[in-house]
Amino acid sequence: MQRILKIIIVETDPSRAALIEESLAHAGQYELLTITDMSRLTAAIADHNPDIILIDLDNPSRDSLEELRLASAPLERPVALFVDQSDANLTKLAIEAGVSAYVVDGLRADRLKPIIDAAVARFTMFRQMRNELATTKRALEERKVIDRAKGLLMKARGIDEQAAYDLLRRAAMDQGRKVYDVAEALVTTAGLLS
Amino acid sequence: MTAKLPVAFLPLIDAAPLIVAVELGFDRDEGIALDLRRAHSWSSLRDMVSFGQVTAAQMLAPMPVATALGLVGTGAALASVAVLSTNGEVIGVSNAMAQRIRDTGYSFATGFGDARAAGQALIAAADGPLRIGVPFPFSMHAELLYHWLTALGLPAPAAVDIRTVPPPLMASALAAGELDAFCVGEPWGSMAVETNAGALLLPGSAIWPGAPEKVLGVRADLADASPEPLRAMIRALWRAGEWLSDPQSRTTACAFLSRRDYVDVPAEMIDRALSGHLTLTSRGDSRIVPDFVGFAQNTPQQDHAAWIAGRLAARLGLDRATARQAAIATWRTDLHDTALRAIPGYSPRADAMTHSFDGQEFSPSLQE
Repeated sequence: MQRILKIIIVETDPSRAALIEESLAHAGQYELLTITDMSRLTAAIADHNPDIILIDLDNPSRDSLEELRLASAPLERPVALFVDQSDANLTKLAIEAGVSAYVVDGLRADRLKPIIDAAVARFTMFRQMRNELATTKRALEERKVIDRAKGLLMKARGIDEQAAYDLLRRAAMDQGRKVYDVAEALVTTAGLLS
Repeated sequence: MTAKLPVAFLPLIDAAPLIVAVELGFDRDEGIALDLRRAHSWSSLRDMVSFGQVTAAQMLAPMPVATALGLVGTGAALASVAVLSTNGEVIGVSNAMAQRIRDTGYSFATGFGDARAAGQALIAAADGPLRIGVPFPFSMHAELLYHWLTALGLPAPAAVDIRTVPPPLMASALAAGELDAFCVGEPWGSMAVETNAGALLLPGSAIWPGAPEKVLGVRADLADASPEPLRAMIRALWRAGEWLSDPQSRTTACAFLSRRDYVDVPAEMIDRALSGHLTLTSRGDSRIVPDFVGFAQNTPQQDHAAWIAGRLAARLGLDRATARQAAIATWRTDLHDTALRAIPGYSPRADAMTHSFDGQEFSPSLQE
């Protein structure tokens, strides 16, 4: 019988960590462990000596894991970013999804694949959620700036809201810029002049 | 149609040439458009370059060298095609360590800039192995620390415990007592002073003035396969470096860098590094350091690559001669020269000073 692989998930957000654990539990039988405290990261990893470490590509503490590759590092076996260098496609998919995996050298690709597939699916979902949130936030911010610019125009020129918006839109079209860019320039300039 | 080139950077003041090239349109003047993407770690920058998500990235000078020596990375060979900045690192200590250093009779305000005095005070104040944070195991921060402490008689790496801590977390690691000291790029040293987590002991420029700090890293195969957009990028960055070297540009540069999509810290904090007028302690001690950070030495010097390789090889038990050769091949002085010679009236600057504080020459032949 094959030994059960030990996987460490490095994730500061406990609810995200739980989702990743859930996906991996569906993918097969693994020993799962989550580290949320980044200050003890390398020590905790050395204590548990995992086969695989999964960490968000955007986690700044990823750089600490690079230390594990040095000869003097606490891990006995060298750690590599993905075991099978020939499977660049798997690595590329993971990086696009925003997950990085540190894998102990010599781990067979067929044992690794279901784990990476599950992690990639989960991280793709996280990334989509993050992108959607960012888009919503940006739209809200843009609306705020446009509203302020409209307010400035209404006060300065004694026009109503629709006329103010039309003025902004016309200026944007004339200059080949976005309404938001024109509004932002107006708000900045007004701030400087007041 | 302008070629759009994705380039990754980290929120640090030495991303300035990339930011300025975009904000002032030096990229469009060269017929390219840089698409800047902020990342969160050096390893993710490297992977983004290796797997083609970005064309180029700001990198720590030793990263392409360490990759060539097989110490990091996923196998894709990297090349350094331009130096983005020189120096700009700063060494800081925790409040507890600062007090012990003061107890030795050392003054932060007068000692700042004197590598020998500051180093001797730090060594005298240490009780046990010094725990020092750096942003990456393969960084000039680590190399400058090892060089500085060894030259002053501390048996490094045995008597120091150099560990990797992400720059934005450096101040909190000091405050939590996990580190005695750090060496980090600005604005993160000044942020530690500002949050009362520690005090600044020495600028990196006092150890080796003109040391290459960040480079523009690309995949080595790309450097040869499609050199034209890269040459355009090198020229745009050179113009940005010239602009940044003019003191008149400082206020504008600080405003650019402080923006939320870039470094995202107040402009005053960035001004400390760009002006070299640093606040050292929370008591308000301050010092002006001429040439604290430089943007005008852009040509990758192969001597420097060989020096880095020699140091890494000695510490990690690799063959030095092989390491130096592999390292030199990653620093593309040739590509950089060709790119800049296309600029009308361009003439290369004199070499940077190549002596360290203890008189060592940064030339590989004298390193045995």
